[in-house]
Amino acid sequence: MPSSSTKLLRVWQLLLFVAFMVVWYVATSPTLLPPIYFDDPHKAAFFFGEPVKVFERTWDWFASGTIYAHLWVTLLETLLAFIIGTGFGLGMGLWLALSPTASALFDPYIKALNSMPRVILAPIFAVWFGLDIGSKVALGVTLVFFIVFFNVYQGVREVSYTVVANARILGASDRQLLRHVYVPSAMSWVFASLHNSVGLAFVGAVVGEYLGSSRGVGYLILQAEGTFDINAVFAGILVLTVFALLLDWAVTVAERRLLVWQPRGGETEKI
Amino acid sequence: MVASAPALALEQVTVTFVSPDGGRYTAVREATLRVQPGEFVSVVGPTGCGKSTLLNIAAGLLRPSGGKVEVLGAPLDGLNTKAGYLFQSEALMPWRTARANVTAGLEFRGVGRAEAAARADEWLQRVGLRGFGDRYPHQLSGGMRKRVALAQTLILDPQIILMDEPFSALDIQTRQLMENHLLELWSANRKSVLFITHDLEEAISLSDRVIVLSAGPASHPIGEFPIDLPRPRDVAEIRLTPRFIEIHSLIWHAMKEEVLKSYAQQLH
Repeated sequence: MPSSSTKLLRVWQLLLFVAFMVVWYVATSPTLLPPIYFDDPHKAAFFFGEPVKVFERTWDWFASGTIYAHLWVTLLETLLAFIIGTGFGLGMGLWLALSPTASALFDPYIKALNSMPRVILAPIFAVWFGLDIGSKVALGVTLVFFIVFFNVYQGVREVSYTVVANARILGASDRQLLRHVYVPSAMSWVFASLHNSVGLAFVGAVVGEYLGSSRGVGYLILQAEGTFDINAVFAGILVLTVFALLLDWAVTVAERRLLVWQPRGGETEKI
Repeated sequence: MVASAPALALEQVTVTFVSPDGGRYTAVREATLRVQPGEFVSVVGPTGCGKSTLLNIAAGLLRPSGGKVEVLGAPLDGLNTKAGYLFQSEALMPWRTARANVTAGLEFRGVGRAEAAARADEWLQRVGLRGFGDRYPHQLSGGMRKRVALAQTLILDPQIILMDEPFSALDIQTRQLMENHLLELWSANRKSVLFITHDLEEAISLSDRVIVLSAGPASHPIGEFPIDLPRPRDVAEIRLTPRFIEIHSLIWHAMKEEVLKSYAQQLH
């Protein structure tokens, strides 16, 4: 049950949103206010868009159904980048954490690749994988990989010696040790970074689309920019934001289900 | 297997640790220690005397630099598969429920899921945790986690049980309850136990025999004391009997010098 103070907070949050929209609407309307800064009353709308038109455009996209194909492509790229990046990160992280030789060998290269601004790889990926979803997935993978990799590496390194020794005494083989001790321990770190990695997979997909594509929400925004259709650009941004929030919420739900074994803040139940 | 062979024998065991910068530290020197089948042996000694090192040698987690280890008459190579180990610190897998922790050893040995779960529930009941099978370790108290660890070890029915100050983190009441519980489980199915503690009273009230270790470095057994107190015992009550007090002062007398030595080393 939300208490009265949280209800009040929600009301204020809503008011803030309405106030922002009103200011946006009034300031960009060609007729409501005389032009203050721009010499032409239509210029404000040209640069900043008009909220009503932005919502109209968004509504059109959903009502006509044109947006769904683009959203689906962006979602698919995000999911693929997330799954492939996590898989690689998990594999490499486990390998390097459990093999000191490999870790010592790869260490400078991992550091160099991680320091590199990897968004700059997008044009190269476009050349290698074409303008279809392949290049976007590749960009997302490079972003997700390092987050997962470093977390897994840390997770394996931080497994308590006692837990490992205990599992060995209980009869765990090397493979069972990996499956029942190292991977679960690493997974808790992967889940801790889930919000980050899903977010970056999404960034990879959208940036990739924006830099060159034929489908996706990033492509819609790119198209709108090409025709100076600022309302469509804002509509695209709006759709992306809502979508990112939904993804984040989905991650939170998944996290709650998968990390039941971890103590949460404020949980005091002990018998 | 030789019928008269001890369950566990450490013969002239020396353990020297070498640090990466070339420093050498001899934790244990020429220690000889035997545990007979069905015998409960405690090892006491001042802090830092290499008690845990001896136990890790017996478990096969560490290899001795010198001397030999025999398990049921056969030389130990690699991990001691005949032994169960109760650790001092938390050793449960936090991502597994109490039941899943208890079944872990069976699972590693390829026992079917349903059978393992049934046996785990039986053991959880035996250690007084009926109905707690679905809880995760963080939802249990320290004493309950020790019970889960006990069930996790005993479900595999090991010939030898190694215990490293398993109850040292518990409050005194919980600790005495656990000690009585351990004695009860042990007398129902007598295994060889090697119990490490720094608490002399705990050692006397549980054991058939108490071994005193000298202060480190290069510690070794300096005295062996058979405990002729009658069984079954209640660990809280037996501490008040005259015989207990007699044995206690005898062993304490032998230990005192070593404890003082160990304190003096810590001060320098």
